[in-house]
Amino acid sequence: MAMNTSTMGNLTRRFDLQQWVVYLGFLAIFLFFAITLGDSGFLTVRNLSNIVLQTAPATVMAVGLVFVLSAGEIDLSFGSTVAVAALAAAVVMQSWPMPLGILAGLGAGLLIGLINGALVAYLRLPSFLVTLATMGLFAGIARSMTNLRSVPVQNDLFTGIFGSGALLSIPSLVLWTAGVILIGHLVYRQTRFGAHVIATGDNPRAALVSGIKVARIRLTVLAISGLMAGLAGLLYAGRLQAARYTLGETDLMTVIAAVIVGGTALNGGKGSIIGALVGSLLMGMLNNGLILMGLSVSDQMIVRGLIILGAVAVSLREPNR
Amino acid sequence: MAEPALKPANTQADSSPVLSLRGIQKNFGGVTAIENFSLDLHAGEIVALVGDNGAGKSTLVKIISGVHPPSEGVMELSGEAVRFADASVARERGIEVVYQDLALADQQPVYMNMFLGREPVRGPLRVLDRRGMIEATEKLVRELDVRIPSVRATIRNLSGGQRQGVAIARATHWATKLILLDEPTAALGVAETAKVEELVASLRARNIAVLIISHSLDQVFRLSDRICVLRRGRQIGVRRTNDTDKNEIIGMITGLIESEPA
Ligand SMILES: Nc1ncnc2c1ncn2[C@@H]1O[C@H](COP(=O)(O)OP(=O)(O)OP(=O)(O)O)[C@@H](O)[C@H]1O
Ligand SMILES: [Mg+2]
Repeated sequence: MAMNTSTMGNLTRRFDLQQWVVYLGFLAIFLFFAITLGDSGFLTVRNLSNIVLQTAPATVMAVGLVFVLSAGEIDLSFGSTVAVAALAAAVVMQSWPMPLGILAGLGAGLLIGLINGALVAYLRLPSFLVTLATMGLFAGIARSMTNLRSVPVQNDLFTGIFGSGALLSIPSLVLWTAGVILIGHLVYRQTRFGAHVIATGDNPRAALVSGIKVARIRLTVLAISGLMAGLAGLLYAGRLQAARYTLGETDLMTVIAAVIVGGTALNGGKGSIIGALVGSLLMGMLNNGLILMGLSVSDQMIVRGLIILGAVAVSLREPNR
Repeated sequence: MAEPALKPANTQADSSPVLSLRGIQKNFGGVTAIENFSLDLHAGEIVALVGDNGAGKSTLVKIISGVHPPSEGVMELSGEAVRFADASVARERGIEVVYQDLALADQQPVYMNMFLGREPVRGPLRVLDRRGMIEATEKLVRELDVRIPSVRATIRNLSGGQRQGVAIARATHWATKLILLDEPTAALGVAETAKVEELVASLRARNIAVLIISHSLDQVFRLSDRICVLRRGRQIGVRRTNDTDKNEIIGMITGLIESEPA
């Protein structure tokens, strides 16, 4: 009955490799760009910190997505949510005080998340279809909200908090990223809620007979994802000093890839917040390096797609049993 | 032929029952899955529930564990009439089930499965008490002699017998009254079955009642103190294991021996 020890050891070792893939990949790509693009300004402090600042919204969305995927669900609508939230905040701030704009942005994100979550948790509709539909729905709403016009954000306090500001000379976007990662990691790893999210994605029936409120978990993870998308919308609006329906449009693939590469299972039960952060930085670095290499936009898309494909293939490969 | 080793030194069938079922009936729409079922289960006793496929054994387990409410009849837990709203209520009252298909979270470590849905927390921030879970699991696994490489091992890296050992250990940890086992060795090989049987037999010493469903009569005769036979939802009879033999039980299961008047 005792399991063959060498098989055990093998499994453990390969499993470990899988978890380290994102860090090794990050290092490899960093070294590649550092060597080939050393003269093109890749290694300058300014460029490197730019990468971190630019990935802040994607990292925040990635944290939400780790919860969603870990619970065995998917969210395809967060990109559209970003645009709706940013526009809601910008429009409200044109006529009302800034705090109401923040509330409008976060509230819009949370509301969309709750709508997704309620449809999935209580009507038992598959999250893939629900969020595919709401992705289209809210992309349409974002377009019609301001008739495709972009809305300027001129409140200095807002653009400071969510964009160009700094506290103790640490850029606010870095603080937002660090805060969301830290809280996300603690909730994911150190609370009963986190354990129940993971158990729900691992084996929903086992979770249910163990007394875990599976429906409430599904509602909550999608609500978190919506809220994170709302925050990402504020970060975009703050940094760009404007909101547009195009915000978040290209984030869907990037964020999903960041999270999967970071060691979160696509079918639930396993995930990592820190891995998602590194995955997100990796995607940002890839973007940045490909631009510096002078690739055309279409070539960038092709190369990025191929690299993501390879990374996802490696991180999803299950150890043979 | 380790039969005698698994047999109890003494059974306490004369103490008041832990669980008492009276006239239990279950209808699914027009189909009667269980009719007029009555049985007492005592602490320190292992009762086997046998019957052909579709006889209603799993249905009975689901009634006792609160998954299905009975259509008719009374359930008494330690003398008190109970009606469980759902499975978590039955669990809170000390009734644990080891399901046919396990109900373990495959990608999680053994110790997290041991506390699934009931994870202890510490401090004002209610942080998961992993240390406590690991220590309690190590103690339990040692006590029950469940041989796993580590309590941090991931469930899917364990063998079928080791998994079943974990599931039974979990039930043992939480049950204060009754453990229900639905075909706990159905998917196991010979050696693993023997190990799980040893584990089940050791539950007698923990002063809880055990109800085990099995299709293996050899196993039933090795393990149980009493045998209850179901056929197409009807209770054919209950026998003391020492006072019956396989032929009689087979006759009761297949219908060669008709049910006695109640
Ligand atoms: N939820 C349900 N709805 C309708 N009928 C059901 C339901 N659950 C069980 N039944 C029926 O009740 C009868 C008893 O089923 P049950 O699963 O209890 O049998 P069993 O004795 O456990 O069989 P097996 O040995 O194959 O596990 C069967 O005819 C089954 O089809
Ligand atoms: Mg059954």
